[in-house]
Amino acid sequence: MATTNGTLYGLIIEFDDAPTLVEAVTKCRDHGFTKWDVHTPFPIHGMDDAMGIRGTRLPFLVLGGGLTGLGLATLMQWWMNAVDYPFQISGKPLFGLPANIPIMFELTVLLSAFAVFFGMWGLNGMPKLYHPLFNNARFRRATQDRFFIVVEAVDPKFELESTRAFLAGLGGSEVEEVNESSED
Amino acid sequence: MKQSVTDPLNNTVDDPTKPAELVLGDHNFTTLTEKVSDIVLERKTPRAWYIALAFFAGLTGILFLMIGYLFITGVGVWGLNNPVGWGWAIVNFVFWVGIGHAGTLISAILFLLRQKWRTSINRFAEAMTIFAVICAGIFPGIHVGRVWVVYWLFPLPNYQAMWPNFRSPLLWDVFAVGTYATVSLLFWYTGMVPDLATLRDRAKGRLQQIIYGALALGWRGSHRHWHRYEKAYLLLAGLATPLVLSVHSVVSFDFATSQLPGWHTTIFPPYFVAGAVFSGFAMVGTLLIPARQWFGLKDIITLHHLENMNKIILATGSMVGFAYATEFFIAWYGGNPYESFAFVNRAFGPYAWAYWIMVSCNVITPQLFWSKKIRTNIPIMWIMYIFVNIGMWFERFVITVTSLSRDFLPSSWAYYKPTTIDILTFLGSFGLFFTLVLLFIRFMPMIAMAEVKTVMPIADAHGGERRSVGDYHGDIPRHVRDQGKGGDA
Repeated sequence: MATTNGTLYGLIIEFDDAPTLVEAVTKCRDHGFTKWDVHTPFPIHGMDDAMGIRGTRLPFLVLGGGLTGLGLATLMQWWMNAVDYPFQISGKPLFGLPANIPIMFELTVLLSAFAVFFGMWGLNGMPKLYHPLFNNARFRRATQDRFFIVVEAVDPKFELESTRAFLAGLGGSEVEEVNESSED
Repeated sequence: MKQSVTDPLNNTVDDPTKPAELVLGDHNFTTLTEKVSDIVLERKTPRAWYIALAFFAGLTGILFLMIGYLFITGVGVWGLNNPVGWGWAIVNFVFWVGIGHAGTLISAILFLLRQKWRTSINRFAEAMTIFAVICAGIFPGIHVGRVWVVYWLFPLPNYQAMWPNFRSPLLWDVFAVGTYATVSLLFWYTGMVPDLATLRDRAKGRLQQIIYGALALGWRGSHRHWHRYEKAYLLLAGLATPLVLSVHSVVSFDFATSQLPGWHTTIFPPYFVAGAVFSGFAMVGTLLIPARQWFGLKDIITLHHLENMNKIILATGSMVGFAYATEFFIAWYGGNPYESFAFVNRAFGPYAWAYWIMVSCNVITPQLFWSKKIRTNIPIMWIMYIFVNIGMWFERFVITVTSLSRDFLPSSWAYYKPTTIDILTFLGSFGLFFTLVLLFIRFMPMIAMAEVKTVMPIADAHGGERRSVGDYHGDIPRHVRDQGKGGDA
């Protein structure tokens, strides 16, 4: 599999159980890589600390979405029923909080959920239907039953031979090169 | 089903020294992935699936025929009469929306409560939620009379320059059910993306690779992605929890905010929500038992899962029974003669037959689940689920029809009877529901693989038991295993 033609994307190493992976990931973090990642079939407990990932700003986006929904629902109900098309029904006030709360709640939830959904995929850079890692045949098991560490060639600390040696010392499988584009 | 400790598929024996195992058999990540994805990718579609699909697709056809007939003729084809302006269409709407609640309860509320057993059944239940809400949405939509102006339900600019009345609970319903359907769909799809990526990576056919590849959005299990993904999942669960409690509350407002005896009660929101969860779990069970049987998933959807569901049915069923009693008590204690008449009329009036079907199915049936023998007996529990489904449909019938048919003025009383069109439309909605369920189990991952992997003992990153089986190389893929070779791929 290891090839040398084409632009190098990075080096990949495979592990077959979670505890070994977490030890190896901790070493990579301490080595000071920045452009690297761990690929696992399921989220592993404690991996955030092992990789040194900081919190995501997603909750703030969601707060924004929720407040937008709340504001929109309030304005919409007030403007449509009390300003643009006022009409009396059952002696109810044109705009009164109790009758307008259900829709305020629903739109708050709806726009928050949109913020979660589109925010999360957006921050993750998806959809991204092509990725260099898909060229590696082994990597298909990243969504099934194997664990991978990938160090990208653009990492400032990346130096082909020394990084290869470092990764090889982590206790995983043989280190492989992954190219930017598929060679076939 | 024997209650013996030696039965390898029985994990309902209480052992206080350790939690119940959620995945039975010597499963590891590889075998679990193979087992679930093979249903979609490898296994020959069983003939029974085609027969069932043909049958239910035919029923769906009947649904659309009935709707077509309704559209060209008018709502007079239904059995509605002067006091009973809400017949089966509204009964069916409330019934189907209620069914949907189990999915969100399992995916959101049990997630927040850290109930790990939900992982085996949440995908299935969420799918069922969406299909049930689709069925539900049809009924009010076709009930409006002039379907060509159905868009008046939404705040869209129109030629009369008028806006919908936001002070009406019927409009709250549009927003509640619409939001619920949308959020459930986002939740379901978000949860499914890692599993769709698994299917993409295992698919052999080009078409499958393209379709699952597109649906998987390029997911590659990156932990930087998992990190945001888990946060998003938690946020969606947090949003869906109040949402699911609000949906059936808002549905109950359709009734509770009216002046009609039997409808005008404050107990409706919690009572509707409990009933919704009750009926939803019964429907999940109705579908899950055949599915786990036919697709050999008894080691993933274990007896322990079913027993837990039965406990929830027992709890919510008791709440429903308690609500029936409370309604009666308040009707008497409140001293309103119309209100007490409405309840006496329910139990002993012309619809007494429906009332007592409802009581026997919803009050008596779930109480049998106090017995562990019944709670863990698969044929019996399946029959109980059917009873609950029937009982909960009748509950909505009793609430909707009895109150309308006899209100304040005896001169305007009338008995309501459905027409054949009503009946065929309702049966047709089951056709649509089961057609969608069949397509789902054939083409989508019906078990949340990535989530089940997290609750397996070997997923523990901090040591513990690393392998459930002695052979370290138990997780070599099948094609290598079959060649009789060891070593890695």
